[in-house]
Amino acid sequence: MPLMLPLVVSCGLFGLGLYAVLARRHAVMVLLGIELMLNAASLNLVAFDTWWADTVHTGQSLTLFVIALAAAEIGLGLAIVLALFRAVGNSDVDGQEPPTSLLAEGGDEL
Amino acid sequence: MTAVTVVFAAMGLVALVSAFLVVTSDQIIHAALWLVVTLGAVAGLYVLLAAELVAWVQVLIYMGSVVVLLLFALMLTRTPTGPGSATVTRNQPLATVVAGATTVALGAVMWAGFGGEVIDEDEVRVGTAARLGDAIFRTWVLPFEVLSVVLLAALVGAIVLTRRGER
Repeated sequence: MPLMLPLVVSCGLFGLGLYAVLARRHAVMVLLGIELMLNAASLNLVAFDTWWADTVHTGQSLTLFVIALAAAEIGLGLAIVLALFRAVGNSDVDGQEPPTSLLAEGGDEL
Repeated sequence: MTAVTVVFAAMGLVALVSAFLVVTSDQIIHAALWLVVTLGAVAGLYVLLAAELVAWVQVLIYMGSVVVLLLFALMLTRTPTGPGSATVTRNQPLATVVAGATTVALGAVMWAGFGGEVIDEDEVRVGTAARLGDAIFRTWVLPFEVLSVVLLAALVGAIVLTRRGER
C-alpha cells in the first residue's frame, strides 16, 4: 500500500475540518471541525507508525493520547458552549453583542 | 495493487465524503450523525493500518461518547435544530480559499517528503492491546500520568463552567 494513500485522506479531512472551523456560525459546528482535524492528525500518526514498523509504537501511543485529549477538549468545549448559551441565548461564534452589560450584572454566571 | 489498498481507498472515500457532508450540512443533528460515519470509516482505516487497539478506542470513545456528548449539548441548549439551523458566517468564501490552499499545501509537502514510500504489508507489526500496553506502561508512562492529571483538570473545569453562579 502506498504511504501517500492515508496521507491524502488525512490532508482532505484536515482541510474540511479547517473549513468548518473558519466558516460555520454555530459553536458546536466549530467543535465538529476540530474533531475532524484531530482525526486527520491521528490518521497521519498511525500511518507513519505502520510505515516505520515502530517497535515502541510511538505513533499509536500518541494517537491514544490524542483521543483522550479530544475527549477532554470536547467536554470543556461543550461546557463553554452551554455557558455561552445561558449568558446570551444563542451559540453563535460570530456577530455577538459586546458582553459589557453581561459582566455588569452577574458576570460570575459565565 | 493489493486488496488492502483497494479497501483502504474505498473507506477513505467514505470518510472524505461523509466529512464533506458534516461541514456542509444544513442541520446540526445531521452533521453530528454524519460525523459518526466519518469516525467509523476512520476506525476502519486504523484496522487496515494494523492499529487494532486504536481502532477500538476510536469506536468506544469517539463514536460512543463524543458524539453522544455533542447531541446532549444540543438538547440541553435547546437551540433550534431544524433546517437552516447551521448557517455560515460571512467568512465563507475566504474560509473555502484558506481550507483549499491548506489542503493543497499539506498534500504537496507530504508528496515531496514521502511520495514514493510504500507500506510493506508483510513487515507491519499489528498494534495489539498487549504491545500497546507494553509501549505505554514502559516507554510512555510519564505522558500517560500527565494525561490523567489533564483529564482531572478538564473534569473540574467543566463542572465549574456549567455550575449556575450563586449570588
